[in-house]
Amino acid sequence: MPGYIFKRMLFMIPMLLGITLVCFFVMHLAPGLPTDLQTQMNPKSTVEMKERLKTLYELDKPVHEQYWSWLKKLSSGDLGISFSSDHRPVTAKIMERLPITIILEFLSLIIIIAIALPIGVLSAVHQNSIFDKVTGVLVFIGFAVPTFWLALLMMIFFGIHLGWLPISGLRSLNYEYLTPWAQFVDLIKHLILPVFISAFGGLAGLSRYMRANMLEVIRQDYIMTARAKGLSERDVIYKHALRNALLPAITILGLSIPGLIGGSVIFETIFAIPGMGQLFYMSVMARDYPTVMGILLIGAILTLLGNLIADVSYALADPRIRIS
Amino acid sequence: MNFWETFYKNKLAITGSGIVLLLFIVSLLAPLLAPYDPGQIDLKNVLASPSWNNLFGTDQLGRDVLSRMIWGARISLKVGFAATGLAIIIGAILGATAGYYGGWVDAVIMRFVDIMLCFPTFFLILAVIAFLEPSIWNIMIIIGLTGWMGVTRLVRADFITLRERDFVKAARTIGASDLRIIFVHILPNAMASILVAATLGIAGAILTESALSFLGIGVQPPTPSWGNILTAGKDNIDIAWWLSLYPGLAILITVVGYNLLGEGIRDSLDPRLIK
Repeated sequence: MPGYIFKRMLFMIPMLLGITLVCFFVMHLAPGLPTDLQTQMNPKSTVEMKERLKTLYELDKPVHEQYWSWLKKLSSGDLGISFSSDHRPVTAKIMERLPITIILEFLSLIIIIAIALPIGVLSAVHQNSIFDKVTGVLVFIGFAVPTFWLALLMMIFFGIHLGWLPISGLRSLNYEYLTPWAQFVDLIKHLILPVFISAFGGLAGLSRYMRANMLEVIRQDYIMTARAKGLSERDVIYKHALRNALLPAITILGLSIPGLIGGSVIFETIFAIPGMGQLFYMSVMARDYPTVMGILLIGAILTLLGNLIADVSYALADPRIRIS
Repeated sequence: MNFWETFYKNKLAITGSGIVLLLFIVSLLAPLLAPYDPGQIDLKNVLASPSWNNLFGTDQLGRDVLSRMIWGARISLKVGFAATGLAIIIGAILGATAGYYGGWVDAVIMRFVDIMLCFPTFFLILAVIAFLEPSIWNIMIIIGLTGWMGVTRLVRADFITLRERDFVKAARTIGASDLRIIFVHILPNAMASILVAATLGIAGAILTESALSFLGIGVQPPTPSWGNILTAGKDNIDIAWWLSLYPGLAILITVVGYNLLGEGIRDSLDPRLIK
């Protein structure tokens, strides 16, 4: 097992390099030099901006030297200084917001698993039942619903019409004056809509996948054997079939990570949650290039790490993977 | 049974085609169908709720929402087709090259696909927009440039199986060039999966465009798009629900239509899938 993990981590190095190359390419996408663009966009602070961009990207040097020195800075965790008025290091700005995003993504993953797995399994076990047909239609619609629109509808219904849930931020204005228990309830109330919306995008995919998987497993010979030796239907489904159908779902969860992280821009912006996605949106609007590039890079690295965790847990769960 | 017979019997596929056809007609006839000029500001009639005069109400500038949605259908159709077209062209060329030549060419292209898939698509699109101007043309190109990876994998898989077939060997024996084999002999056989990917891709591109426009970095006002009407919906969320409800429904129905059509085509092309 350690050997497998080591090999898998070695494989990440060329991927990381590739990711930095793509980021570097995006940085140089702007027509002409980034400094020229800055001049057109923001006539007020031309000279200062131009100088800062020039030192940041070392634009007076050849491209390969620019890339190399950018890479060296990256390896020491230096993502540059933000262009926004606070002039803080990008790394610090991202790090103070990253935990919020990661916690939200983690909660969404749990919600996705808690809702999608039972739906997928039950609709496979009761194939062609009313439950299967209704969830089938819901899943199909789920693929097509724009999540930001669903967020708006839920804000209107639960936030404004019923007044049950707050629709922005993570805390109420009177948060400081509440008892610890009331503070906790306040936080949970603020989290319900964003976490549900963030999870929604992954629900349809996983439940459909689980259903297909379960249907395939149920047709296998060892399930017939389990039935033949007289096990109860409950044991056959939930002990023998479910475990085998669960394995590939780990990969699907790993694959849904980039979607979740990408979605954070949308739901953090809608719900005014001070996470990395919101910072990304604000930086794009303000053309704060160092922060944009920093978050793009972090987003890709998070995906890479997510895939690593998915692969390793798959290998832990299924001996066939780590032996071959 | 041939393709059309199977397709006609698939009620869902027919529904999907109906929705897509309707969208084409609405887009083509937008100037005739829209009851008002989509840019006509009426400050005496701001945020009017749905009525017989304005079926879907008016926005914060008093513009008719229904008319803006009808013109918005054009935008989503344009973006959907152009972005997907670009993604298909890139994906088909890279996938064909990787699958046909194999070896290190294949390895390089497929590692590039893996690397691109590491980026949350929405992050990549936003980062590029930060450097370029948000305009409808840039949106089409960027969505296309970030959406070709799936097509590459599909086309590559088709090419790997097809390149070993007898008709390809025969073509090679009579001295056909690589380019001729790829485009004239193999690619037409891979068209089926490309067509399905394209139909589903249009749905995805329309969703992405609407999300970008909603965030204010896609199609820019005053050009009406379903996404930027929803932005007005969010700004007036506590007073004007109709600005949020109807454009989203339009997106939902459109995406359902393309998805039904895409799955219908797939099921009709692959008889094994029919239950």
